[in-house]
Amino acid sequence: MYKIQARHVSLYYNDFHALKGITMDFLPNTVTALIGPSGCGKSTFLRVFNRMNDLISGVKISGNVMIDGEDIYESKKDIDELRKKVGMVFQKPNPFPKSIFENVAYGLRVNGENDKKFIEERVERSLVQSALWEEVKDKLKKSAFELSGGQQQRLCIARALAIEPSILLMDEPASALDPISTAKIEELIYELKKNYTIIIVTHNMQQAGRVSDKTAFFYIGELIEYGDTKEIFTNPKNPRTQNYITGRFG
Amino acid sequence: MKKFFKNFLEKFIEGILFLSSSVTTLTVLLIVIFLFREGLDVFKQSPVEEGFAIVINKNNPVKEITSPQLKNIFDQNITNWKALEGKPVNEYESKDSIILFRIDNISTYFIDAQLGDSLQYVGKCISSLVDSLPGIIAFIPDKYVDKNFAGRKLNMGKITPSQFISGKEWFPTAQPAAQMGVLPLILGTLWVSLGAILIALPLGLATAIYMAEIASDKVRRILKPLIELLAGIPSVVYGFFGLIVIVPMIQKVFNLPVGETGLAGSIVLGIMALPTIITISEDAIRTTPREMKEASLALGANKWQTIHRIILPYSISGITAAAILGIGRAIGETMAVLMVTGNAAVIPHSILEPVRTIPATIAAELGEAPQGGLHFKALFALGCILFIFTMTINLLVEYISSRNKYSKR
Amino acid sequence: MKMKLEKHTNKKKQLKQAIAFNLFRLMSFGVVAVLAIILLFIIVRGASAINWTFLTAMPEEGMTKGGIFPAIIGTFYLIGGSMLFACPIGVLSAIYIHEYTKAGFIKRFIKLMTNNLAGIPSIVFGLFGMTLFVNTLGFGDSILAGSLTLGLLSLPVVIRTTEEALKSVDDSFRIGSYALGATKLQTIRKVILPIAFPNIITGLILSIGRVSGETAPILFTVAAYFLPKLPTSIFDQTMALPYHLYVISTSGTNVEASRPMAYGTALVLIAIVLIVNLLANGLRRYFGNKVKMN
Repeated sequence: MYKIQARHVSLYYNDFHALKGITMDFLPNTVTALIGPSGCGKSTFLRVFNRMNDLISGVKISGNVMIDGEDIYESKKDIDELRKKVGMVFQKPNPFPKSIFENVAYGLRVNGENDKKFIEERVERSLVQSALWEEVKDKLKKSAFELSGGQQQRLCIARALAIEPSILLMDEPASALDPISTAKIEELIYELKKNYTIIIVTHNMQQAGRVSDKTAFFYIGELIEYGDTKEIFTNPKNPRTQNYITGRFG
Repeated sequence: MKKFFKNFLEKFIEGILFLSSSVTTLTVLLIVIFLFREGLDVFKQSPVEEGFAIVINKNNPVKEITSPQLKNIFDQNITNWKALEGKPVNEYESKDSIILFRIDNISTYFIDAQLGDSLQYVGKCISSLVDSLPGIIAFIPDKYVDKNFAGRKLNMGKITPSQFISGKEWFPTAQPAAQMGVLPLILGTLWVSLGAILIALPLGLATAIYMAEIASDKVRRILKPLIELLAGIPSVVYGFFGLIVIVPMIQKVFNLPVGETGLAGSIVLGIMALPTIITISEDAIRTTPREMKEASLALGANKWQTIHRIILPYSISGITAAAILGIGRAIGETMAVLMVTGNAAVIPHSILEPVRTIPATIAAELGEAPQGGLHFKALFALGCILFIFTMTINLLVEYISSRNKYSKR
Repeated sequence: MKMKLEKHTNKKKQLKQAIAFNLFRLMSFGVVAVLAIILLFIIVRGASAINWTFLTAMPEEGMTKGGIFPAIIGTFYLIGGSMLFACPIGVLSAIYIHEYTKAGFIKRFIKLMTNNLAGIPSIVFGLFGMTLFVNTLGFGDSILAGSLTLGLLSLPVVIRTTEEALKSVDDSFRIGSYALGATKLQTIRKVILPIAFPNIITGLILSIGRVSGETAPILFTVAAYFLPKLPTSIFDQTMALPYHLYVISTSGTNVEASRPMAYGTALVLIAIVLIVNLLANGLRRYFGNKVKMN
């Protein structure tokens, strides 16, 4: 019944022990927030699920991660297939130097989709899902750089949705945006929950409280506390969690 | 007092620094002045050798003649005045054919006694000869054309810039008139450079991509200094290598009479342009933001898809700049080209013929051209053309790299 | 709506990647192979020509016998002379550009002009040096004229590498120094230059490599075809290695007989470049920093 199961995940950057044996399960169709002070390993942990850490030289990883019951670090695992299943939205909006349409179509094209009509339908649906369609439907051929920061970020979400992942990783998706754009993204996350398993890294306590069902608190590479968001925010068991949430450090 | 001194020192040093930094600007300026002052003089001069004159019969209506026409006459490609003027200059067709006269063949018309013991009557003799032959054209020393001279001095048109650029023949030491056509040299330069870039761009770009995106750090750390070394080898060594290895190879492979060809130049220049292209494209490729690459990979694209769909389009302006700079390098390169291209000043028809480039021409001929003479100045004019070429290329590169449309994020 | 992903598309895309990557690897190694061939060719053929006499004797019998001593010495004079001119001006100029000018017109203009100077072909420097130094200033064909011409040529290289070195000094050092009440000059002298020094030196060494091999600028400013004696003053002509190689491989009295001499000369030239590069790389590794040539 768990969508993702992480067992004793440890990660080293050369000699630096970034993640220290983390075990954690994620339910489908929930939003899980990863919180903690800078450098606590929450972003690194997020990148474990689509094997983005593989790109960095000197990274060693141990433990098991199962998605839908399959070990994603198995040696024969097709990484491109994994990444199709696990979408990602980054901290800063990072559209490609292409048109709005091509940005969304990119994932389809690189995965071998050539059917023009299918691509058009899928692009539209993704843009509708990410609540951007109304704003861009008349300028799909324009460069993605002409959009505002908030629009760019929703475009990046549409881009991730286009290849129909079942999991969505979000690395501080609103940290570079203004409050109005942030509100829109948060609304969107709430909507997307129905169809996706979402893991979101955030620095913003209020945001974690608003959008997530579950919250996990990380501290120096360790998972300190994990539970229902309400529980964590109102009744943290660990004093370090309490200190962080009440703003005494971090 | 001490404070004042300190302030003064600060300002003084700043002044010295400023002066130093203006040296480059000053040099560019001086280069322009000196180059163009000498070079533009070409257009003020007549192509006939100094101290000589072209004279014709006084009844001949021809007023002016261009340098290529004069050469054709003396090469006997044009044999009658009609062909030159479009209409006969004499009423009788037979008198219309051109009779050539050089001071050397004076003995075919006159015996020694007529010329005088100390050749004091040469002027008179020529004068009477020119007067008696309506179709004559004579190339003689200036000093014989005095006020008693019966013929008429023909005005030689000055070399015009358009003649200079579009002239098809480069023979600056030709008699009686220097041929100053730069077209074959310009074409030769462009041909060789184009060939070089066709060789260097695919190789260089592949290497740049390999080094920036594919190779491991360890391989890259080995490759990088090797590429730098390639940049450090002197051009004369490349030329030497080309002369000893590439030229004979081309001669053998294509079964040619000589291996010194445009192709040899292109190959050598291609190798020399590699470091420029590799270094600059690699830098450009590296400017692609990491987040953009990660976004592509996160969507299930593999590395190659990311490279050719995201990274190359993103860094295209830098790569263009690299290619243009590579061409610039090739255009200006002197010694290597001089040593391997055979230096024939003719418009090339294939890459397997000898060609001659502008820099090679300057290097080969400046030593023999008398200072201040027409030939000397023409070589400076070539320098001006080269300068304009490379300046255009620099400004183009400057413009392209400042206009990177995706950098305004 | 389901993506019509056929099973083999993934394989196809991995195959394309494998083909592309192997092709690029092959081409890169091709480039390295070209370098290796050139170096090996000259080292193997040149090694047999090199001996003590070759390095220390005058050329003899129409440059088919003897040595290349005057050319070696001449090249060292030219390196020394041009660096004497280009180093101070280049370094000072880079300091001005990087530490004094603010982003704006003047900075852009100076940089543009420096780039333009760097792009001017070496033969044009030759023409320029001939008119200005040899004729107008009346130095004649001389070490002075040649050194100045080569100095101007290497100026942009010196400026650029020095600028890189200054750029690599973190701004916090500057701010920290100003915060302590130091003036700009004191900051530059006591803080920035000592940090940037190794990189500046590396850049200067690399420009020596450039100067030692240039031929076109010295053709008409200093180089002597055949001059079997050492220069005695800066107003003398001199032989130089690159020009000597050009002469004996193309227009010597007996090109075929001069071949061993040519290989030897080429090897000496390459050796200078190699030593310079190794030295620069060694320094760079020693100080662990990045100074770029291009």
